[in-house]
Amino acid sequence: MRPRYIDADKCTACGLCTKYCPRHLVDQYNEGLAVTRPIHIDYAQAVPATYFIDPEACLYLKHGTCQICVCTCQSKAIDFSQKAEEKELQIGAVIMAPGFGRVPDATLAKYSYGSHPDVMTSLEFERLLCASGPFEGEVKCLSDRRHPKRIAFIQCVGSRDLGCNNGYCSSVCCMYAIKEAMVAKEHDPELEITIYYMDMRTQGKGFDAAQKKAEAMGIRFVRARVADVMPWDKNLKLTYSTLDGTHSFEPYDIVVLSVGLDAPADAKNLGEIAGFALNDYDFCKTETFAPLLTTKPGVFVAGAFQGPKDIPESVTQSSAAAGLAAGLIAKDRGKALVHKTYPKEQKTGKDEEVRIGVFVCHCGINISSVVDVASVEQYTEGMEGVVYHAQSLYSCSQDAQEVLKAKIKEHNLNRVVIAACSPRTHEPLFQETLKDAGLNRCLFEMVNIRDHCSWVHANEPAAATQKSKDLVRMGIAKARHIQPLPEQTVPVTNKALILGGGVAGLTAALTIADQGFHSYVIEKEEKLGGHLQHLSYTLQGEKVSTVLSELTDKVKKNKLIEVLTSTEMTLVNGFVGNFSSVLTTTKGKKATETTIDHGVIIIATGGREHRPEVVLGNPVKYSETVVTQRELEQRLAGKGKSLAPKSVVMVQCAGSRGDDLNYCSKVCCNHAVKNALKIKSLDPASQVVVLYRDMRTYGFAEDAYREAREKGVVFIPYTMDSKPVFKSSGKKMSVTFQDPILRDEVTMTPEVLALSVGIVSEGTDDLSKLLKIPVNEDKFFLEAHVKLRPVELPVSGVYVCGLAHSPKPVEEIIVQAQAAAAKASIPLCKGFVSVEPTISCVDKEACIGCGLCESLCPYQSIRIIKDENGKRKAETITASCKGCGICASHCPVFAISMGGYTDEQINAQITAFGAQ
Amino acid sequence: MGQAKDKKSGTVMVVGGGIAGVQAALDLTELGYYVYLVEKSAAIGGAMAQLDKTFPTNDCSL
Repeated sequence: MRPRYIDADKCTACGLCTKYCPRHLVDQYNEGLAVTRPIHIDYAQAVPATYFIDPEACLYLKHGTCQICVCTCQSKAIDFSQKAEEKELQIGAVIMAPGFGRVPDATLAKYSYGSHPDVMTSLEFERLLCASGPFEGEVKCLSDRRHPKRIAFIQCVGSRDLGCNNGYCSSVCCMYAIKEAMVAKEHDPELEITIYYMDMRTQGKGFDAAQKKAEAMGIRFVRARVADVMPWDKNLKLTYSTLDGTHSFEPYDIVVLSVGLDAPADAKNLGEIAGFALNDYDFCKTETFAPLLTTKPGVFVAGAFQGPKDIPESVTQSSAAAGLAAGLIAKDRGKALVHKTYPKEQKTGKDEEVRIGVFVCHCGINISSVVDVASVEQYTEGMEGVVYHAQSLYSCSQDAQEVLKAKIKEHNLNRVVIAACSPRTHEPLFQETLKDAGLNRCLFEMVNIRDHCSWVHANEPAAATQKSKDLVRMGIAKARHIQPLPEQTVPVTNKALILGGGVAGLTAALTIADQGFHSYVIEKEEKLGGHLQHLSYTLQGEKVSTVLSELTDKVKKNKLIEVLTSTEMTLVNGFVGNFSSVLTTTKGKKATETTIDHGVIIIATGGREHRPEVVLGNPVKYSETVVTQRELEQRLAGKGKSLAPKSVVMVQCAGSRGDDLNYCSKVCCNHAVKNALKIKSLDPASQVVVLYRDMRTYGFAEDAYREAREKGVVFIPYTMDSKPVFKSSGKKMSVTFQDPILRDEVTMTPEVLALSVGIVSEGTDDLSKLLKIPVNEDKFFLEAHVKLRPVELPVSGVYVCGLAHSPKPVEEIIVQAQAAAAKASIPLCKGFVSVEPTISCVDKEACIGCGLCESLCPYQSIRIIKDENGKRKAETITASCKGCGICASHCPVFAISMGGYTDEQINAQITAFGAQ
Repeated sequence: MGQAKDKKSGTVMVVGGGIAGVQAALDLTELGYYVYLVEKSAAIGGAMAQLDKTFPTNDCSL
C-alpha cells in the first residue's frame, strides 16, 4: 500500500492545498491536456474523496523543501510521515479485474500523433468534450485554440492490426466514436464529422439504432483505410483509399484516432504472480464454456482483461465473477462480515416537543467565500422549534460527526437541519451519525446552500446569503413536521424459479445451487438444452454436444435443482421475496397444475431462429439448396465424405438490421465464419463467398475471420442500395451481386445458398403481461438500467439472461446467466429485503379504489385489494416500492402520502418561502 | 474499513478498482463476503471515470 501523505480521516477535500501548491504537474486524468499540482484529487467525485500527493513531483518529498500545504491545510491532514506498507492477506478467492492498457504511441505515430497537436486519441477527445475537461467542454484545436470546422475519426487504430500484434477487434471503438461524434455535433451543429471505418461494429443491444441517429444528424461514414495524416498548412491532410482502389485526400482541423483496448501493461506480471495463463494477445486465457475461469482454480476474471468489452458487459461479468467466487467459498458466507451496531433508537412521539438543531457549514471556503455563513446561522435564532444553532468548518469531517452526536445528546435534539452541500452525496453520512446518536435517520433535513447558493450565485454574495436564509427557513419549517419512519424488512422465501431450460437457465440454476439455494427450472419442451441441441461445434472448435450433456447431467444430479419439463408458468402472484406461481405441466392431453412459492424469478426463456420468407426483397423457399447457417452446420457436422458443398454463397443480415428485423443479431457473422472455415477444412477446394454489410467478428473472433480470408473464403460487401438478387435456377438458386473491386455485376449459381437469418424473441409478450415487465420495440426485455443493472428488470426480484434479453453468442449467455444468478442470490442470501423508509403509504379511509395509482406505478409496487368490507383499496407493496412519488402526485383524493415528503411538510415549506 | 474477523474464511480479493472491480466488490459484499478491493491509483473508477458520456444513451458517466 503506497502512502497518500494525507490522512484520509482528516481530509475534507476542500481543495485549498492544490491552490497553494507551487509546482505544476501534467494532469494524467485529463490525458495530459491540462495541468494540476502534485497535491491534488483527480476529479471532484473521486472515491475516496481524499487528496493525495504525487511523491515524484512533490518538492518536499523530492528535495526536502516547501511544505506550504502543511500550513494551508486547516484540518491538519497532511502527513509526510506515512510510509509504504506491505500487507499479507489470507483470502478465499480472487477476481482479476485490472482493465485494459494503452496502444503504444509508436502505432499512432504514422498518423502524426505526437508530432501534431491536433491529432489526438479518442480518450483525449473525450476529455475535450467533457465539462470537467481542459476547456470546460468547449471543443478547440490544441494547436491554436481555434474552433474546428471539420473533424475526422479513424477507426481500428491499434486494433485488427497485425502491425502492432493486435489482431483482435477492440469491440468498443465503433460505439465510442459514434458517441463522441454525436456529442461534438451537439456542441456545434455546424461541425462536419467523418468516420473512416472498415466495418461498423455496432452489434450491441440498441446500438444500430444509435448509428442511424448519428447518420440522421449528418455524421458521414466512409468505408476506407486511412494511409496517413500529414500537417497541411494550418490543417491536417488525411489520405485514404476506398474499396474500389481509389485514393483521395481531405483537409481536417482535428483528427481523432479511435484507439483500441490493449492488454494491461502489467498483464504478464499479474499472470506470474497469480499463476494463470494469458492468451496470444496477453489478455487472460479463458474457454468458451467457462468464460470467467482463469487457468488457476480460485482465480476468476472479469471486465476488459477477459477480452475487450464495453461497460454493460464488464458489469455483467463482474456480477457473474462475484457469483462464481461466492459459490466457491459458500460455506464461509457471512463469516468475515463485520456488522455495525447502533444504540437503541429513542422514541420520538407526535406530541413531543420539537427540538431542532441547525448546523450551517462553511465547506472550507466553498460556501463561506460567497455566503455570509455567520449571518445565516444567526438568522435561525428564535425560530419556532430551533433550540440550538452552530457553524462548522466542514460538517462532513469525522470530528464534526462527533460534535453533532454530542450536541444531539446535550440539547436533546430530535430534529437536525444541516445547511451544507448536496444530499445526493452527503445525506447518508449525516443519517448514519443520527443513527449513531440514537435518532431515527429520517428526522433529518438537508439544505443545499453550496450548489444552490454559493456556486450558482458566486458573483452575488448578498443575494446568495439571502437565498441561503430563505432555504434554511424553509428547511426548518419542513423539519417541524418530520416524523420518524420505520426501518422495515420483508422476509424472503429462499428459492428461485428459473424460466427456461436452455444453456442460460441451466447455468443459472447451477450458480444458484453453488450458493446453497434451491431452484425450480421449468422448460416448455420435453428436453432440456434449448438451442445448444442444434449446434455441433464452436468457433474455437469445442464439441457442443459433450458440453451440453455434461451440463444437463450436472443439473439433473444436483439435489438443489428441481427440473420440470413440458411445463410453463401460467400465473404469478406476489412480489420480491414472496412470489407464488402456478406451473402447468402438459403430458399428452393431460395438464396438471402445481403451485410453488419462491423469492426470485430468472427469465431465461430464450429466442428462436428467424426464418424470413423474403430476404433483401427476394422471396425465399428453404430447401436442400437454400438453408440457414444452422442447417448448414448440421449438414457439415454429419457423417460421410461429401459433406462440404463444392460452392456456397452466404448472405449476411438475411432479415436483420433493417431488412425485416431492425436490430443486429450479433451471432450470424461468427456463425458464417465458423461454417466457412469448416467447409474449407473438409474441402479446401470448395468455393465460399460471403456477402456482407459489416463483418462483425468482434473481439478475438477477428482471428477466425482473418484465417477464413487466408484460406480463400471471399468476403464481398453489399449495401442496402445494391442488394444481392436471387433467382431460381432449377433446383438451385442463382445470386447476382455487385463486386466493388471488379466494379461489375457477378452472378453465381452455388450448390448451397446459406442465409444468415438472425434471432427473434419468443414468448416475451405473454411473459411481459404476466409479470408486468416492459419489452423494447424489438420485443426483448428491457433491463432496469442499460449500463449499470444489465441483468435486473424494473420489477424487483425478477432477472433476465440469454436471448430473452437480446441476441448474443453462447459465451455471453453463460456469463449473463451467472450474473443473473448472482444478483438473484442476494435476497436469497440475506433472507430479507430491506425497505427504504421513504415509500408511499395509503390512507385506507380516504382511498376511493379508483386504481389510477396501480396503473401508473412503474415498479408494480402498488395494487388494488379488497378490504374486509369488500371495498376496493390501494395498498403499497413496501418490499418493491422505490419511493418515486408518482402514485401520491396523481391520487385524486390525496389518499397517498410519501414518507419524508408529505403534503403537510411540503406545504409548510412553501408557506415558509412566502413568509420572508 | 475494518479488519476481517477471521482472516481466511469468507474473504475475496478483487484486483482492479474500475467499473468491473467495483461492481464485483459490491455484489460480493451483498452476497455476504468481506472484500479487499485493490487499486493501484489513488481513486477507484478506472477508465469509466474519464468518460464524459456513455453510449448509446449518453448518460453522464460519473
